[in-house]
Amino acid sequence: MHFGLTEEQEMIVSTVRSFVENEIYPHENEVERTGEVPLAVAEAIKAKTLELGFYACNFPEEVGGAGLSHLEFALVERELGRGSMALTHFFGRPQNILMACKGEQRERYLLPAVRGERMDALAMTEPDAGSDVRGMKTFARRDGGDWVINGTKHFISGADHADFVIVFVATGEDQTPKAPKKRITCFLVDRGTPGFTIRHGYNSVSHRGYKNMILEFDDCRLPDAQVLGEVDGGFDVMNEWLYATRITVATMSVGRARRVFDHALSYSAERKQFGQQIGKFQGISFQLADMITEIDAADWLTLASAWRLDQGLPANREIASAKLYASEMLARITDAAIQIHGGMGLMDDLPLARFWRDARVERIWDGTSEIQRHIISREMLRPLGA
Amino acid sequence: MKVLVPVKRVIDYNVKVRVKADNTGVDLANVKMSMNPFDEIAVEEAIRLKEAGKAEEIVAVSIGVKQAQETLRTALAMGADRAILIEAADDVGTDIEPLAVAKLLKAVIDEEQPGLVLCGKQAIDNDMNATGQMLAALLGWSQATFASKLEIEDGSAKVTREVDGGLQVIKVKMPAIVSVDLRLNEPRYASLPNIMKAKKKPLDTKTPADYGVDVSPRLAVLKVEEPPARKAGVKVGSVAELVEKLKNEAGVI
Ligand SMILES: Cc1cc2nc3c(=O)[nH]c(=O)nc-3n(C[C@H](O)[C@H](O)[C@H](O)COP(=O)(O)OP(=O)(O)OC[C@H]3O[C@@H](n4cnc5c(N)ncnc54)[C@H](O)[C@@H]3O)c2cc1C
Repeated sequence: MHFGLTEEQEMIVSTVRSFVENEIYPHENEVERTGEVPLAVAEAIKAKTLELGFYACNFPEEVGGAGLSHLEFALVERELGRGSMALTHFFGRPQNILMACKGEQRERYLLPAVRGERMDALAMTEPDAGSDVRGMKTFARRDGGDWVINGTKHFISGADHADFVIVFVATGEDQTPKAPKKRITCFLVDRGTPGFTIRHGYNSVSHRGYKNMILEFDDCRLPDAQVLGEVDGGFDVMNEWLYATRITVATMSVGRARRVFDHALSYSAERKQFGQQIGKFQGISFQLADMITEIDAADWLTLASAWRLDQGLPANREIASAKLYASEMLARITDAAIQIHGGMGLMDDLPLARFWRDARVERIWDGTSEIQRHIISREMLRPLGA
Repeated sequence: MKVLVPVKRVIDYNVKVRVKADNTGVDLANVKMSMNPFDEIAVEEAIRLKEAGKAEEIVAVSIGVKQAQETLRTALAMGADRAILIEAADDVGTDIEPLAVAKLLKAVIDEEQPGLVLCGKQAIDNDMNATGQMLAALLGWSQATFASKLEIEDGSAKVTREVDGGLQVIKVKMPAIVSVDLRLNEPRYASLPNIMKAKKKPLDTKTPADYGVDVSPRLAVLKVEEPPARKAGVKVGSVAELVEKLKNEAGVI
């Protein structure tokens, strides 16, 4: 067993770390204050990422990516997790599911996404279908050789900047002994397609400037060429390609927790009360000890789940554990860091309140903590017939 | 033209330096180490010369512990072509003194015959600011220190130097030693393809004995102490009070 990084991996980590510190941190306060990423800043981040060959580094080399392993990609995202998501969005990492593109879809979607020419977003969630993805109501009916889509998606991250959206839509229903089960198909929908509107959604307490949008389909007509994967095969492409995205939440939570921890640690060594540094009080120092232990635990759990994917080992439960533990760890760390800072921790002069707010969504998106616990427990109990 | 760039592995500039409890030096256990920032600027300048067609090959050299290999890989990932590591110490706490470094570099230069040596004006650990100058003396080459601008011409280099009074422009004959200052350029990040390629670039490992150079120290460190803590500032209520304090307390006007 070997827990060290290679020289290349060390350099990847230190390069992304300096990139985040120099190109992302300086813009964070403005994004936080205005809730917007200035266009020029977004374009500069994207241009630099492209120039450094880090854009779409999660894609294989044959389509123009860098061919990083899951583990290496997790290291990249761990460093990105330190910075504002609204800004790191432009350190482009298109959805891996685009690898399912076939024929001319590759020229229209996959390759331009990897080259940074077209940005994507991914839409599953609806007002009445969150955790229960299959309960979606957005429906495509056959009309001649085309599909006609009606329905609404919400909470769609990054759709404000997207040139096209990867959308999951019901295309039929099977009767099963238990209950009817919807058949799902995945579509590629271009911004500007008649009958398709992207409009502003809600204001979120987490990740200001990283917007979530509402997508409306009103008799939106699409040819068969827009189907990603097979008709009624939406769950197949989802399971094949979206399996690993939970690692993103886990590893970004770890990166952010380390940034938060550094604030807590240095404040404990500086702030004096009752004539001494507060870090000398066991009430504070033991909190720091617990914090770093939890961060390391989440870090190793996450890297181990990514490593399992690289080894071709089953990783569903491990990824769910990493996502669950890391996102809940981040909530505890951000809360403790505020406690250690006292009242100052709540003021927006320091970034701690922002980290605390941002942490909240990590337990919700990409499968809530409850859904992760469901996955973990089913993996263990199903084989026992329970 | 071949460009030689010496690079040093030093305590990262972001690290809050702590003095060891026994006052023998700085605590380096578990501390992040990086390439000396001035050396990064030197590497960047060499790469720019190569991109402009003024240099053909960039050789990075590091003298120190085995781990200095990481620093050389960084130089290779930025764009240097090959690297030489001279393993001159086993203990990360050992500092090889400027004269020994200059002698080793001279030996490397005798072999490599570069047309230009670009080095940092100083390393941020000991702030000696001596190696480049000593090297020029040993080689009998021209030197231009504290460069904030470098133009290579036919057989000579025009260098803008940051001196106390302002900027000084000098012309030196090549081959030359140029030590670089902060404002010369902004070093690039290593690109991902170059990071992946760095491993495949040649890195030779040598020892001081290979060059017949004695690196044993000639200086003895008696004591290392923290700089005195800065006193807290004061708030002044008015311009008059400020002027009064500057006159009578600070004694600066
Ligand atoms: C800021 C933001 C951005 C997002 N971006 C995207 C995006 O880009 N694309 C996209 O498709 N979606 C996106 N989402 C949607 C996100 O994935 C969903 O919010 C999430 O899956 C939960 O769905 P829900 O909010 O409808 O909650 P619900 O599913 O209604 O859950 C409500 C509560 O019930 C619990 N619950 C539900 N089912 C069970 C069960 N079986 N057992 C136990 N407890 C259960 C949940 O854990 C939760 O506590 C985003 C969400 C947010 C907040």
